[in-house]
Amino acid sequence: MNRFARLFNAIDQSTKTNVKVAALAEYFQTARDEDRMWTMALFSGRRPKRVVTTTKLREWAAEAAEIPLWLFEECYPIVGDLAETIALVLPPADTSNDLSLSHWINALRDLSQVGEEARKEFVLTAWSQLGGTERFVFNKLITGGFRMGVSQKLMTRALARATGKPEAELAHRLMGNWHPDDTTWEALIEAEDASADASRPYPFYLAYALDGSPESLGETAAWRAEWKWDGIRGQLILRDGGHFVWSRGEELMTDRFPELARAVDFLPPGTVLDGELLVWHAASDGPASFNVLQKRIGRKTVPKKLLAEAPVVLHAYDLLEWQGEDIRQTPFATRRRLLEQACRTLPADAPVRLSPQLAFDEWEDLAELRSVARDENAEGLMLKRADSPYLVGRKKGDWWKWKLDPLTIDAVMIYAQAGHGRRANLFTDFTFAVWHGNDLVPFTKAYSGLTDAEFRDITRWVRKNTLQRFGPVRQVTPHHVFEIAFEGIQASPRHKSGVALRFPRMSRWRQDKPLQEANTLDDLNDMLRIYG
Amino acid sequence: MNNNPALTFTDRGIYCAAGDFYIDPWRPVDKALITHGHADHARSGHRSYLATHAALPVMRHRLGEITAQGVSFGETLAIGGALVSFHPAGHVPGSAQIRVEVAGEVWVASGDYKTENDGLTEAFEPQRCHHFITESTFGLPVFHWQPQSAVAADVNRWWSACAAAGKTAFLGAYALGKAQRLMHMLDPEIGPILTHGAVEATNVVLRGQGMDLPDTIPVTPQTDPKAYAGALVLAPPSALGSKWARKFGPQESAFASGWMQLRGVRRRRAGDRGFVISDHADWNGLLDTIKLTEAENIYVTHGYTDIFTRYLNENGWNAQVVPTEFEGETLDTEGIE
Repeated sequence: MNRFARLFNAIDQSTKTNVKVAALAEYFQTARDEDRMWTMALFSGRRPKRVVTTTKLREWAAEAAEIPLWLFEECYPIVGDLAETIALVLPPADTSNDLSLSHWINALRDLSQVGEEARKEFVLTAWSQLGGTERFVFNKLITGGFRMGVSQKLMTRALARATGKPEAELAHRLMGNWHPDDTTWEALIEAEDASADASRPYPFYLAYALDGSPESLGETAAWRAEWKWDGIRGQLILRDGGHFVWSRGEELMTDRFPELARAVDFLPPGTVLDGELLVWHAASDGPASFNVLQKRIGRKTVPKKLLAEAPVVLHAYDLLEWQGEDIRQTPFATRRRLLEQACRTLPADAPVRLSPQLAFDEWEDLAELRSVARDENAEGLMLKRADSPYLVGRKKGDWWKWKLDPLTIDAVMIYAQAGHGRRANLFTDFTFAVWHGNDLVPFTKAYSGLTDAEFRDITRWVRKNTLQRFGPVRQVTPHHVFEIAFEGIQASPRHKSGVALRFPRMSRWRQDKPLQEANTLDDLNDMLRIYG
Repeated sequence: MNNNPALTFTDRGIYCAAGDFYIDPWRPVDKALITHGHADHARSGHRSYLATHAALPVMRHRLGEITAQGVSFGETLAIGGALVSFHPAGHVPGSAQIRVEVAGEVWVASGDYKTENDGLTEAFEPQRCHHFITESTFGLPVFHWQPQSAVAADVNRWWSACAAAGKTAFLGAYALGKAQRLMHMLDPEIGPILTHGAVEATNVVLRGQGMDLPDTIPVTPQTDPKAYAGALVLAPPSALGSKWARKFGPQESAFASGWMQLRGVRRRRAGDRGFVISDHADWNGLLDTIKLTEAENIYVTHGYTDIFTRYLNENGWNAQVVPTEFEGETLDTEGIE
């Protein structure tokens, strides 16, 4: 695992993208097939099945380090990473070896065949043989989550450099549910025919947010507009008589949305649609709020009742494959025309609907439409250049999301908790409250929106103003007011305040605002009435 | 503990009634005994100071005009009813543990200390005592230091690689102690060692008291960066990435601190490299020292006080947390120990 650990260090020790790409490319050029497959898998969120629970890992680590378990548990939140905490508390390795990355992964996989005693012995032996980064990496193989500053995009770029293949092609090859156990470097990366896998989705094209007004985009005639729906971005693939549903997060969700199976009755094989999964209520002929859709997201199988209450349809807004042909390079206007043709014969109860385009002449017309987006249960507008191809990943220029301004409320910070990883030891996770008479009622958590410098300031303050500790959570003196921005608000009986926010984050630290002038529960309920 | 302990903990700092003096007080007092010259231990405004001869020049440099008396390591002074002596703490040049004996009861206030001999600072000497006051900056079992020679090899390898790539190596470290220790670890064959004004000012003081430091070239507004290919620049962490640093063109930056043990902190600093090197004792250093003192009563100050105290109590010591206003070495100031 020496080589992989060296790669890990090279990437981890640099903040410069080109250094990381160079290190990865060098590795992809020279590592053994099995190892580079696993490296791609790990950096794209695929990981070996977990064979040891974290509870056991903690116990064994404390035992091997000859420290009480409580002391280990105290160290964990300070280090902010379980794999690292274990690597640090253990005594130095007393022997060494140079087994490969895939050797360790296979050995871990085989542990599922043996009992707990044997697993423990294996792990303790590994710890005594692996030092430094190797030990950390080994622990990460067990606990999962290789978040280390390598995005899919960066990895694809390194692969392109190593193989000489175009980035967009590689991005496509890496989509879908391949796994190092089922495929080879040759089949995944090198083989001529990359479409062997009928379920393989196309990489999603993602829009940038438009800051300010769209006037800067030039002539309106070159642009098309649609509602920006507040659902799940999804790709519906109809190939070989079957269907597959993928989320933007590359999760296969076919079984979660069984109603889409009927799409094969209305659309021909060799069709791939890009669109938004929404709960659609026939009665109101409109999408339900994201809250309703949320009930469906977590469920792998859907009870009949829920299926009737919250039926999902795909709002199609782009056509990526038609009659078995990849048409991503044809202009959006053409793809759209084909999409409209394909959808023309869909009956009203089909699980696919055409997402409408919005007519406008001037940018002001669009601004007006945007101002009523909330009434449509949309979160703003999408602007797409009529002649744009369907690109890979987030690219500036052709597609823009013009979102509504968020809702805001001023709230008081009452609890703080330290973050993980890069944010270990910084208080970054806060609970906020609004006034209800003389009481502060918690209503949301938020983690993002402040600068590193602000997080450092607030961390210093939290340390000095802790009233009580509940495990890792600190109750602090009510003092600081923050403006919380959010995208939507829903009634929620599970929350003490009776409301749940969508995408809450800290938009401003209101150092200018006295505690007493934070908003109230009544204010929040007014917002619920208007926007809920 | 008897009814009249030799040292007590007050809101001004550690107090000795028998000798009517304070140790590292944080509010102005008449008589202050100072363990070492770092700002949170040697504060301004006291009527008189007592510190080791080796620590005084830096204190005078930092605090300006002070009324101060010097003492040699191991020399015993009678102050009122107390016998006082200073013993090497190994933290930075001149740093001391202060031993106080009153009617046969021995206390040691160790200030900040490290157990490894760094070759520059007077080597740490554990003191037998009844009551031991210890820091706990790195009082968690995740902190284990490599031997200095191993870190030196890493630093020099990094510097060589920077030099080979035509980049200036910027190494961030605290101006008093850590910077000089690093200078001592650097291989002058690789290239010239340049210093930021804050570091050089301390160098001048330490050289003035006879300390043998490698040659350094202070960076001034007139300095031409191009004239020093392959250089390493020692600077306070705050200077890294600043306008001052940018005039050197292509560069890499690194921090040298015990906090660099933690990957999250290392990444947050957004420097290119983090070298784990501290002037404080690591977990084993703290425990070994406590055993060597043979003290039964342990007072735990700045650092992971609650956790370290609980561990000591579970393992047979009589330990308690001592509140402190020192805050020089918490994670809030990570990297600039």
